[in-house]
Parts: sequence; C-alpha cells; structure tokens
Amino acid sequence: MDVTEYIKLVFTDYTLRTITLGTAILGAVTGMLGSFAVLRKQSLLGDAISHAALPGIAIAFLLTGAKNSNILLLGALISGLIGTFWIRGIVKKTHLKSDTALGLILSLFFGFGMLLLTFIQKQPNANQAGLDKYLFGQAATLLESDVWMMAIVTGICLSVLLLFWKEFKILLFDADYTKTLGFHTKFIDILITSFIVLAIVLGLQTVGVVLMSAMLLAPAAAARQWTNSLSMMVLLAAIFGAFSGVFGTAISASQNNLSTGPVIVIVASVFVLVSFIFSPTRGLLFKQIRFIKNRRDLQLHKTLAFMYNIVESHENISHPHAIKILNNFQGYTKSTLQKLVRKNYVTIDGNMWSFTEEGFKAATNLYNQQINNNE
Amino acid sequence: MSSAQLEIQLIACLVAIACAIPGTFLVLRKMAMISDAISHSILPGIVIGFFITQDLNSPLLILLAALTGILTVVLVEYIQKTGLVKEDTAIGLVFPALFSIGVIMIAKNANDVHLDVDAVLLGELAFAPFDRLIISGADVGPKSLWIIGTILAITVGLLFAFFKELKISTFDAGLAASLGFSPVAIHYGLMTVSSVTTVGAFDAVGAILVVALMIAPAATAYLLTNELKRMLIYAICFGVCSAISGYWVAHWLDASIAGSITTMLGILFLAVYLFAPNKGVIAVLYREKQQRTEVSLLTFLLHLKNHTDERERHVNHLNEHINWQKVRSKSVLDLALKNNMILLDNNIVSLTEKGEAFTSKAINYIITNKDAQIEDMKDDFFLFRG
Repeated sequence: MDVTEYIKLVFTDYTLRTITLGTAILGAVTGMLGSFAVLRKQSLLGDAISHAALPGIAIAFLLTGAKNSNILLLGALISGLIGTFWIRGIVKKTHLKSDTALGLILSLFFGFGMLLLTFIQKQPNANQAGLDKYLFGQAATLLESDVWMMAIVTGICLSVLLLFWKEFKILLFDADYTKTLGFHTKFIDILITSFIVLAIVLGLQTVGVVLMSAMLLAPAAAARQWTNSLSMMVLLAAIFGAFSGVFGTAISASQNNLSTGPVIVIVASVFVLVSFIFSPTRGLLFKQIRFIKNRRDLQLHKTLAFMYNIVESHENISHPHAIKILNNFQGYTKSTLQKLVRKNYVTIDGNMWSFTEEGFKAATNLYNQQINNNE
Repeated sequence: MSSAQLEIQLIACLVAIACAIPGTFLVLRKMAMISDAISHSILPGIVIGFFITQDLNSPLLILLAALTGILTVVLVEYIQKTGLVKEDTAIGLVFPALFSIGVIMIAKNANDVHLDVDAVLLGELAFAPFDRLIISGADVGPKSLWIIGTILAITVGLLFAFFKELKISTFDAGLAASLGFSPVAIHYGLMTVSSVTTVGAFDAVGAILVVALMIAPAATAYLLTNELKRMLIYAICFGVCSAISGYWVAHWLDASIAGSITTMLGILFLAVYLFAPNKGVIAVLYREKQQRTEVSLLTFLLHLKNHTDERERHVNHLNEHINWQKVRSKSVLDLALKNNMILLDNNIVSLTEKGEAFTSKAINYIITNKDAQIEDMKDDFFLFRG
C-alpha cells in the first residue's frame, strides 16, 4: 500500500478515519498538557496516574455493569484523582520522598485493579470482555462518539489553558512569586494537575495504562529541545503529539499484528531522539560541533598569544622568526599556522614567519582582553 | 492445605523477601521509580531470550533480561547527563520505548511463540507448582522455587558481605567515596541485583507487581523506624505477611494471587500511613495542631508582657485584637491557666512569676535566635504537653 493510497483511505474508510483523528487529537492534548508535567518535574506522575486509573475502571464496571466507555472513564478519572491526591498527601505529611510515593501508588493501585479485573473475569456476566483493552489500549475500538468526547475535552482544556495562561506560566516558573502576587496557588495547582489526569484518562482506551506516560512525556520532551518559550513549546508538543498519533496509526494499519499504542510510543520516541540529536541550540550534534570549534579557536588564540610574546621583544613587528621555535609550543600545529595565514595575521616566507600589522593588532587586543578578564 | 498450595505460598514468601531487600535500599536512595522502569524494560530482554532458548525459566533468559535492566539504568543516566531533560523525564522516556519494542516483538511473532504480554506483566503464581524441576528423574520441586531461592541466597549473601558499604554509600556517598568504596560499583551492583530479582520474580508475580513488593514493604517500614537493620527486618516481615494473607484472599475471591498480594500490601501501607505512632498522618496532624496551640500560647504571653494597660489585657480583647476565634482563645487561656502562667482576675489577665520568667526566656530566644539554643529551649517550650 503506497502513501497516496493510504491517505485516500484515511478520508474514505470510517474506521481508519476515526482512529487517525482520535490518535491525532489525543496526541495533541497530551502533548499540550505534558509540557506542563515535564516543566513541573512531574514527569512520572503520568505513569502513576495512568496505573492508578485501573481500579476505577474495574469498580465502575462492577457498579454499573456498563461497557459504555464514558462511564468507565469517569471511574478512571475519579480513581486517578484519588491516586494523585494521595501521592501529594504522602509527600507532604510523611518523610517518604516523591519517587517512593509515586512507585507506591502506581503499583498498589495497579495491583488492586488487577485483582478486580481477574475477579470480574470469573463472574458469570458475559459482558465483561473488553476491560482488557485498557491495559495495553486498542485504538481499533475507538468509536466516533469517543473521538467527539476527546475533541470536546480538548476544547475545554484549550480554553482553560488560554484563560489561565498567565497563572499557569507564572506558577510554573516562580511559585513563591505567584503566591506573593496574591494568586490562589493551590487552586491553580489543582486545576493543572486535574487536567493532566483528565488527559491521561482520555488516552487509556487508545494507548493503555502501561504506555500512557510516554504519550505525556515524549512530545513535550522533544518540543523542549527546540525552544525556550513556553507558548512555543506547548504548540510544538501538540504538533509532535498529533503527528506521532497519525504516523503511529499509519504504520500499525499497514502491517499485521501491530497494536497501535506501542507503535505510537515508538514514533514519539523517535521524535525525541531526533530532537535530542539535531536540535540547533541544545542538540548533542551541534553541541559537539561547537565544542570542537571552540577548542580549535582556543588553540589558535594560544598560538597567536605565544607569537605575540616573541614579537613583542622586537621593535619591528614584522621581523621574521623561524617556524622552528614554535614547535615546542602545545597549541601549535601546521594547520593553525595555515589558518593564521589565511586570516592574514601572519605571512610565511620559507622557514620564517612574521606578523602583519593586522595580526599584531589582533594579538594585542587578545592580550588586553585576557588581562581585562583577569581583573 | 495441599502441597501445591504450600509451594505457592513458599514461592510468594521467597519473592517477597528477595524483593524487600533491594527495595529497602532503593527507597532510601530515592530510586524507587528506577525499579518501575526496570520492571517494564526487561520485556524486550525476556522476548529475545525466549526466542533463543524457548524456555521461560532458562538462566540465559534471566541473564539477558537482567542485562536489559542494566541497559535501562545506563540509558537513563546517559540522557540525564546530557542535561537535555531531568532525571524523571529520562526514566519516563526510556522504559515505555523499550517496553513498546518488547510488545511489538511479541505481537509480530505471536503465532509461533508461547508468550504473551499479560503473562509477563502479571504472572500467574497459581501455575508455578506445575512446572517441576526434574534432576536425573527425581522431582525436586517447582522450577520457580529454585530460581527465586537461588536469587534470594545470592542477595542475602551480598547483603551480609557488603552491608557496611551499602549503608555508608546510601546515607553519605561522599564519605563512602573518600573511604575508598566505589559508589559507582555499589550503585551498579544494587541495580544488577534489582534487575535480576525483577526478572526472577516476573513469572511468579509479574513484572509490575514486583515493583509493589519492592517499594511498598520498604516504604511501610520506613514510616515505622529510622534504623536500617530494623527497616530491613520490618520490610521482610510486611512482605511475607502480605504474601501469605494475599494468597488466602485470592483463594477466597478466586482472583489473581499477585493482585491480591498487592492489595494486602496496600491495606497494610494505608494502615501504617494513617496510624504510625510518629510519622503517621494522624500523628502528624495531631502534632501540627499542638504546635499551633503552643505558638498561639507564646504569642498570647508575649502580648501580655508587652501591654500593661488593662484594656489590652481583657479577655474579650483577645477575640478582637489578636483576631482569634472564641474557641481558640478559650483553649489557649485554659492551657495557660493550667500551667500557672497567668492569673485571671475579673476577666483581666496578668502574668504570674512563672509566666514572666518563661516569656523573658522566649523573647531572649526570639531576639538572639541561635540554632544551638533551641535544643535547651525545646524542653521548656514543650513543657505543657499532655
């Protein structure tokens, strides 16, 4: 199946269109809210919440017997929120650290959820099949109504985000200052955390509890590498998330036996990897290039400074010196000398070198700058 | 109780002990989430090992999976070192990626392998007794019992051999380094033990619930004691208790054993979290309330000392001027009266001699405010408790 054919299929085939749209919206909203999670150093909160949502789904099913995903997700939301606030309680009231609290809630809630799930499976109620999909997610079970639900929640998230943009931003970067300005920090904090929980719960059906945290983190971590501005980061994260969803769906649809969730996560991870390496300011590749360039510059300056010391003792700055005397000097290589010649700082005549006017001036300034810096 | 039931409980107990030991150190070193990451990311290791050996209990598979666990730790540390993202984000990025690779590998080969994600993640303890280890024709017990027993023996051996080093490097890495123990070696040693334990336990309780067995007993124990040895012992006890009680709950409900063990751990933690004598939530809230009253009392006494005017010392004035509610001013007044700090005369409050002395002392402390002084003052300030 080639690309154009696939794109045509996306617009005509009901299932494929629903799934693509659903994963794209999901990626966008999780990317958006994930930016806040990453910047607030709550990256693993997503992992804990998504696991903590499992017992909620099971209990909602036990109570109502419904397979309606909205009711199950409401249960997930409630139990996710309970998990979140218990984590906060543990960190605040005891001396257990946040990592312990996260791991604790994650594993305990998940274990309890598993107990309930296996309990449900042994019930005679034939309706039970389908809860398993929340473990690893099944994008194929997305219905148009689910996508509408996602779109509505995304809309609400977006409007709240825009409405409280200033508050979120200031709380993110300077919580104490926010408090002194008279904002209700606790309220803002709870608001943003609740929306993160909401985004996670939305994705459970598609990606599953185990991989949901990556949906939250990966687009945001990738976006962080390209910009230092919050609005730009949120926008980029939403775009990366949406594209991970679309590409992931496309790849899993074109192959047999590939579940959508893991593929989306892998695509998002590729985004992260590319961003880590190729981002112009923070990326590893350009960092390494800058590092090498700086080292070369330093060597050049060292050679120039050394030459200056020699030349200084002579009245005529263009007095020629033997190249030999540079040999013992550490920063000196043939190529650095060539570079100096190319910069027109030095002229070479046979075995001798001499400073030009320009070179002397540059070397003098270099020297002065060093002194100034030392002061 | 049949022999199969006994064997299941024995395996569960051994897993609980084997997890509690490294778990205690992970909790103390603030690396609890690493165990979660390892438990997820060993999946590709298990899958590759399974393709090679076709046996879920082969030692090679355990080795490969443990290597993947260490690879996770190395990757997380590398990403963290680049400074591009924080440590927690690094953890959150690495393990889902590795886990996804594992899931996809299973999915692509689902037709010809007998391995599914549920089994790896959730385990099935109930089937453990059926996979027997046969040595030269003799049945010596379930395979997983031997595997987890070996891992436990190694863990305990390492614990006794390196207890001192572990203790020092956990609480003061700088001191450990200056004494000549390599914190890096101990760090990776602990990581290796954790990932081997995780792998060894995964087919008994499942990879995710290993995390519960590692963190929950240790965290519960940490709420009860501050001493390392005692914490280890408590953690092991909690692990074993919930393993056995969890088994019987699962038996009664006819549900997943791993799930019910975790639930028992959760109940245990909740109970300790609420009722622990010093660090439990109720104790903390009670202490906070007492401290609030003590501070109020101090404020009140200082106020009395500052004002000689009768109007300022009238009981009603407390409600108006210091802005206290009626109930609160009454409890503060009662406390002060009970401790002979004040005299009430016709609703006019005045300090007694004892109150004078105490207040001067308090002012002296507040003005000089040296940290060293607070130790002596504590006895005076907390005089009125009970």
